[in-house]
Amino acid sequence: MRFTSISCEQREAMLRTVGCADMDALFDSVPAAVRLSRPLDVPDGLTEFEADSRLRALARANAPATSLVSFAGAGCYDHHIPSIVDHVLRKPEFFTAYTPYQPEVSQGTLQNIYEFQTMICELTGMDVANASMYDGATALTEAALMAARVTKRHTVVVSAAVHPEWRQVLRTYADASVLEVREVASAGGVTDGAALAAALDDSVAAVLIASPNFFGALEDLGAIAEAAHAAGALFVVAANPVLLGVLEPPSAFGADIVVGEGQMLGNAMSFGGPGLGFFGAREAHLRQMPGRIVGRTVDVDGSMAFVLTMQTREQHIRREKATSNICSNHALNALAATVYLSALGVAGLESVGRSCVAKAHYLRAALLSTGRFASPWESAFANEFALSFDGDAVALRDALVERGFLAGVPVRELDPCAPAGLMLFAATEKRTKAEMDALADEVTSL
Amino acid sequence: MTEELAQTPSTAPARGPRKLIFETGSPESRCFEAPALDVPAGSLDDMLGGAGRTRAPRLPHVSETEIARHYTHLASMNFGVDSGSYPLGSCTMKYNPRLNEDACRLEGFAGMHPYQPPATAQGALELMVGLARTLGEISGLRAVTLQPAAGAHGELTALMVFRAYHVANGDARKRVVIPDAAHGTNPATVAMCGYEVTTIASDANGGVDLDALRAALDTDVAALMLTNPNTLGLFDPNIVEVCAAVHEVGALAYCDGANLNAIMGVTRPGDMGFDAMHINLHKTFATPHGGGGPGAGPVCVTEALAPFLPGPLPVREATGAFAWMTPEHSIGRVKAFAGNFGVLVRAYAYVLALGGDGLKAASEQAVLSANYLKEKLKGAYDLPYDRTCMHEFVLSGARQRKANGVRTLDIAKRLLDHGIHPPTIYFPLIVDEAIMIEPTETDSLEDLDRFAAAMLAIAREAAADPELMHGAPYTTPVRRLDEARAVKQPDLRWRPTQ
Repeated sequence: MRFTSISCEQREAMLRTVGCADMDALFDSVPAAVRLSRPLDVPDGLTEFEADSRLRALARANAPATSLVSFAGAGCYDHHIPSIVDHVLRKPEFFTAYTPYQPEVSQGTLQNIYEFQTMICELTGMDVANASMYDGATALTEAALMAARVTKRHTVVVSAAVHPEWRQVLRTYADASVLEVREVASAGGVTDGAALAAALDDSVAAVLIASPNFFGALEDLGAIAEAAHAAGALFVVAANPVLLGVLEPPSAFGADIVVGEGQMLGNAMSFGGPGLGFFGAREAHLRQMPGRIVGRTVDVDGSMAFVLTMQTREQHIRREKATSNICSNHALNALAATVYLSALGVAGLESVGRSCVAKAHYLRAALLSTGRFASPWESAFANEFALSFDGDAVALRDALVERGFLAGVPVRELDPCAPAGLMLFAATEKRTKAEMDALADEVTSL
Repeated sequence: MTEELAQTPSTAPARGPRKLIFETGSPESRCFEAPALDVPAGSLDDMLGGAGRTRAPRLPHVSETEIARHYTHLASMNFGVDSGSYPLGSCTMKYNPRLNEDACRLEGFAGMHPYQPPATAQGALELMVGLARTLGEISGLRAVTLQPAAGAHGELTALMVFRAYHVANGDARKRVVIPDAAHGTNPATVAMCGYEVTTIASDANGGVDLDALRAALDTDVAALMLTNPNTLGLFDPNIVEVCAAVHEVGALAYCDGANLNAIMGVTRPGDMGFDAMHINLHKTFATPHGGGGPGAGPVCVTEALAPFLPGPLPVREATGAFAWMTPEHSIGRVKAFAGNFGVLVRAYAYVLALGGDGLKAASEQAVLSANYLKEKLKGAYDLPYDRTCMHEFVLSGARQRKANGVRTLDIAKRLLDHGIHPPTIYFPLIVDEAIMIEPTETDSLEDLDRFAAAMLAIAREAAADPELMHGAPYTTPVRRLDEARAVKQPDLRWRPTQ
C-alpha cells in the first residue's frame, strides 16, 4: 500500500524534465561506496486489510488495563473521556497541520492554544502558561532549568516523593549540564521537612515538589514554599490537573512555577504516551519560560487574531542562547485537554475530582479490611495511596491479573529501594463500588 | 493547463474569527453529567487535609453542540495536509494514512497502562521491537531507543549519549562543531548539553567545507552535528571524508535525521560513518504533525554507543518473550514511561503498509518531485545552488526584492491566496530571502503543477503589482497580523474583564 499517485508514465516525463535517465541518476551525488547495493531488509508492503489484520493481532496480544478492572495510576490514569474529544481530534484540519508558523491559516490551532493556556492558568492559579511540553517529567526538568536561569544558581532540590521516573529524567538532564541535583528523603509518605531545611542554602535555585506526590500523599505546600523562599529559591510544584477542581491551586501556597502531566485531561493512556506536559509561571518570569507561547492581537483589518509570540526566547531565533531546544510540543494532546475541560466545565471537573477522592478513600478502607495490608503512614491523600502488602506486591499484582484486575503498581518496580510489599492504588471516577468490593474479596481469597 | 487556475486565487468565503470558548454558551450549558456517587461522599475538605479548593477555576459552560460548533469553526480556520499542498521545507508534510489513526486507537494499544506487567503487553513490546529493528536497518545504526518525544529531544538524547561515551573514556571534551546551515535546534541542544558551539561556514557548493572542518577539529571537539542531506536539500558528496575527519580526532559524528525522507533504501547514515542519528517519525514515517506535536524522535546509534542509550529498551529475550532491558551504562531516562507509544504505532503501521521497496520508492519519488519543481521554478527565481537536489531545494527571492521590493514573506503570503501552504521561508540562514521547498512524494503531478503555476504567477505579479503583494493574503480567515503588538502588549490568556 503506497500513498503516491504518480504513474509510471508521469514519472518518465518528470525524469525527462529534470534531465535524468533514471531514478538512480537522481542520486549521483551519493558516493558509490555508500550506496546501499541491496534491498532494505524490511518485509514487503501490505494492503490496508493485511496491515490492519496484523496490527489488530498485535493489539490482541495485549491485555490492556481498560479490559481489566484497573487501579493502576502512578502518573497515568484511566479517566472517562467524553466522545466529543476524539471527534475533535480526528478533524484533519487539526491533526494534519504543522506548527502554526503561518498564522493567517492556523487560527484554529492558535486560538485553541490560547484557550489551553487560559485553562492551565485557571487550574493552577498561575499568570501565564505555555503551549505544552512533552510530558510531566520533561516539564519538571525544564522548570528546574528555568529556575536556574532566573536565580543564576545551579542547584535544585527535589523531593524523593516526586515520581522516580521524573527524578531520573531530571538527573539525566543534569548530568549533561551544570545543574546539580540534591535529593531530599521522604518521611511518612511526604517530603521530610528537616531534611529539606538541611538541603537549602544560597546555591539553591529551586525546590521541586509534587502534590499529590508519587505516593498519592498531599504535601504541606505552604511550609515548603516558606522554606524555599527563605533560601531565595523558586518553588516548583507538580500538580495533577484533573484534581485541581477540588484541590487548592499551588499558586495559593506560593508556587512560582506549576508543571505536571496532562494525560488525564482527555488523553488515552496509550502505554504512557503521548500525553502532555503543562507549564505555568508568574508573569515576572515570562521571558525565561521554555516552549511556544501564543498571544492575542489583531490583523490589519482589526479582527481578533492569534499568533506565536515572545519568540526571541526560542531556538529558531536565539539558537544556542535559547531558553530550551524544544520545538515540537504536544499541541494535539493540548487540544484534547481543552475539549475535555470544556466538556466537563467547572461542575464536571469538580464532580470527577470528588468522585476520585471518595472512591480512593473507600478503596483504601476496603483493602485494609482484608487484613492483608497495613497502612505505612496516615498522610492525607486524594485519588491515590500506598499500602504495605504482607507479601510480595509483584506476586500479588500478577496473581490478580489472572483474576481480571490490574490491582495497582508495585513501588519496587519503579524504585528498587522500596519495600517489597509497598503498592500504589489509584481510583478514578470509572471504578464502581462493586469492583472495589470484588478486588477486596479476591485479595481475601488469595 | 493549470496555469489559468492558479492565476485566479481561491475566492471561497473564509470564515472569520470565532469568539472564545469562554465567551460561548451560558451558565446553564452542560455537556457532561457525572453518574451518582456509589460510595459515601465523605467530607471532601477533611479527606484532602484541609487543602480543598476555595475559588473555582473559570472554565467554559458549553453544551456538546456548542463544543462541536466551536471546534468545527476553529478547524475551518486551519490548513492541514488534507487541505492542499504543504511544501514546507525540512518538515516533510506527507499524507497521514487513516489506517494509522485507527490503529493507535485500538483498545489493545490505547487502553494500555505504562506499568502493566510485560506478560500483558507482549503485542505492544513486539511492535516496538519491530519498529526499532526497521529504523536500525534504514539508518544502518542497529541500536535504537524509541523514548525521545520529538526531533529536538532525540538530538539532545544523542548528545547526552556522546557525552557519556566520552566521559566513560576519561575524555572530557568541550565543543561541538555545527555548519552554518544547521537548524536552530542543533546549537540550542548543544547549549543544553553543556558544550560550546563552533560554527563553520559551508563551501561554495553548499556542503561542509573540509578545510574549515579540519581547522575546527581538535581533541576538544566532542562531535560534529550535521544534517545530510543538508538544509539546502543537497547530499554532501564528501560525507565519507567528513565523518573520517571527525573520527580522526576522536570525536563522534551526529546526523540530524530531519531529511531522511530523501534517502531511505538508497544510502544509510551508518554506512556514511555517522555514529548516531535521530529520526522524526512525524516527518519521514507519516505520523501527523498535530499542529505542533506530538511527534517522536527515536535515536539510532552504533554498537559502541549502545550501552549508553536511555532505558529501558524493548527487547526480545532468548525465550522469544518480549521484555524491558536497561543498557549497562545507560544515561538514564529522557522521558517518563515508554515514549510516545501512540506515535510509534502509527509509524509501524506505515512501515507495514509500504514495506522495504515502498519506503525506497517513497524516497525516490520525493527526490524526483523536488527536482521537477526546481526545474519549473529556477527561471523565475534565483537558485543559489544549482545542483541535483534531494527531497527539497532552496530558492531565493533576492531577485524579486531587488527589482520590485517584494520580499519572500510577501511571496509566501500570496501563496495562501492560491490555497497553498507556503514553503519554509528565511531558512536556512545562509540563503538571502530563502524559500525552502519540499513537495513530498504524496503530492500528485497535478498538485506539483498547480504549485509551480502559482509560484510563476506570483513572480509575474511581483513585477506587475508589488503593492498587491505587500497586502496579501486577502482570502484567509484573518489577514496579516500585528505581531509587534502581540509582543508589546502581551495578551496570553483570557480574563473575564476583557
